[in-house]
Amino acid sequence: MRYLIGIFLLLLLVLHQDNWFWEDDTLVFGFIPMGLFYHACISVAASITWFLATKFAWPRGLSDGEEASQQGSNT
Amino acid sequence: MTQLVIIVAYLGLLLLLGLGASLLFRGTSKDYLLASHSIGPFLLLMSLFGTTMTAFALVGSSGEAFKEGIGVYGMLASSSGIIHSLCFFILGIKLWSWGHRFGYTTQIQFFRDRLQNDGIGLLLFPIIVGLVIPYLLIGVISSGIVIQSMTGGAFPELFPTSNPGTHGGVPPWIGSLVICCIVLTYVFFGGMRGTAWANAFQTIVFMVLGIVAFYAIAMKLGGQPSFLENLRVCSDAVSHEKITRIDMSKTKFLTYLLIPLSVGMFPHLFQHWLTAKSASSFKLAIVAHPVFIMIVWVPCVLIGIWATTSLVPTKPPLPKISGTDIINANAVLPFLVKTQTSAVLGGFLTAGILAAIMSSLDSQFLCLGTIFTGDIVGHYVGNDRLTDRKKIWLARGFITAIVAVTYGLSLLPQRSVFGMGVWCFSGFASLFPLVLAAVYWKRLTAAGAYASILTTLVTWLVLFRQSGFGQDRGFTVDISVGGVTYETMPVLTIFLASAVALVAVSLVTRPPNEQTLARFFGAK
Repeated sequence: MRYLIGIFLLLLLVLHQDNWFWEDDTLVFGFIPMGLFYHACISVAASITWFLATKFAWPRGLSDGEEASQQGSNT
Repeated sequence: MTQLVIIVAYLGLLLLLGLGASLLFRGTSKDYLLASHSIGPFLLLMSLFGTTMTAFALVGSSGEAFKEGIGVYGMLASSSGIIHSLCFFILGIKLWSWGHRFGYTTQIQFFRDRLQNDGIGLLLFPIIVGLVIPYLLIGVISSGIVIQSMTGGAFPELFPTSNPGTHGGVPPWIGSLVICCIVLTYVFFGGMRGTAWANAFQTIVFMVLGIVAFYAIAMKLGGQPSFLENLRVCSDAVSHEKITRIDMSKTKFLTYLLIPLSVGMFPHLFQHWLTAKSASSFKLAIVAHPVFIMIVWVPCVLIGIWATTSLVPTKPPLPKISGTDIINANAVLPFLVKTQTSAVLGGFLTAGILAAIMSSLDSQFLCLGTIFTGDIVGHYVGNDRLTDRKKIWLARGFITAIVAVTYGLSLLPQRSVFGMGVWCFSGFASLFPLVLAAVYWKRLTAAGAYASILTTLVTWLVLFRQSGFGQDRGFTVDISVGGVTYETMPVLTIFLASAVALVAVSLVTRPPNEQTLARFFGAK
């Protein structure tokens, strides 16, 4: 899963360079320029990718440390 | 006058918040500087977001969209959404973990310990302070400009100017001074906890008010009964150049991707990372950060391109840069709010813009105080010889000195100070290879780190000089391949030079000792 999230991230960075919409003057929903709409979607896709990363690629060792530190602070 | 009353009330509220946080102060330097690692997910999200979104988020985004069109969103906002969260994920969590385990309060402590080298701190200290000061200046100067333009007309006899847009407004030297004093007060008394609380409050303020202003401006400019219809009317009036990127260099856009890496080396963000209660506290910040950027930036970019249309009334005219015929792009948003919305909303939005500015200033002030106390005085005088009380007062003293220096510099003619922002970010971004290698590359040596920092410094200075010391805001490093010239941001050259120096020198110098590596990366 970690590799898949890595691939998603690389894909996002590639898709960020949207040469294909560079001169597109379509207004999505009649008011959002295509280039702006596309990059707003990139922002949403980034959030989804990071959500997947926190779900499936969260560093395991740190979670253990975190529990230990919380126990330590309670004692 | 209404605006002024709202601004004063808002600043008073902020002071109360900072003083309220000081009631929870536990009296230790760890509590003052790191809020005793007590910051949970929501406060961490708000303080990280508030800190990374400077005046540029509201004023600069609309101003840059006014000049460059919608491309500014991809160049600065969507890229930051990906890269900032990447830095939180790959660096923030790891550094929090080590910071928690080994008791760091600053990134210099981390580098000294990781590289087992004392001098690295002395080299990094002036560079970090030198790069943070222009960043501080942007906030201090813009707060003065915003207050003056929004209070224009309030005191025509007391503060007359030749510019109709600023006539009677509170002059920048007073506005900047008041903002410095407010931030200083809540940082002074509230420390990191006060800063985190104030950041969360201010982030909510500028996000909500940004959306409200967007609605009000669209309704006024469009002149139609429905909101959606107004959005369509406003965007329909925008020229082809502003709703596309035909005037924008594709390679410049691509190389801009490196700028948000600066977040990985910002000393104030390092300190915010260390305040987290647990590693899990980072999750919300990592996930929500890109969408939060979108919520703030999309309305501002739309307002910026609408300001280029004939829908904006010609009277009063858009404000110009003093002594020139060039429209002051950074004044576009305050101007539209003032002329297209009510005085009450204008006052609240000014509070929102000031909130965005102050939510970065506070962290930067506190961080510089922490670095000075921990990395210079504490390190060389001996942390054991300093009581917690002394450490706190030393930090407060240095913060006061930095505020005084920054305020003094803000009074000098600094017309290109916004251009300085990109140079400041480029410097931090070019030190990214150093922090990445320190966290993930066992073969990194102290000599490699020195080479990387010195190469960054020299390359940065050479290119900065070539740009006329930041005067040429469109400065690029042009690369010709096969008869075609590609424009690239200076950060690409500095970043590559820094990375190559780091790798090459590390590989030819003696590897770090096994004991240090085992401490950070575990036994083989």
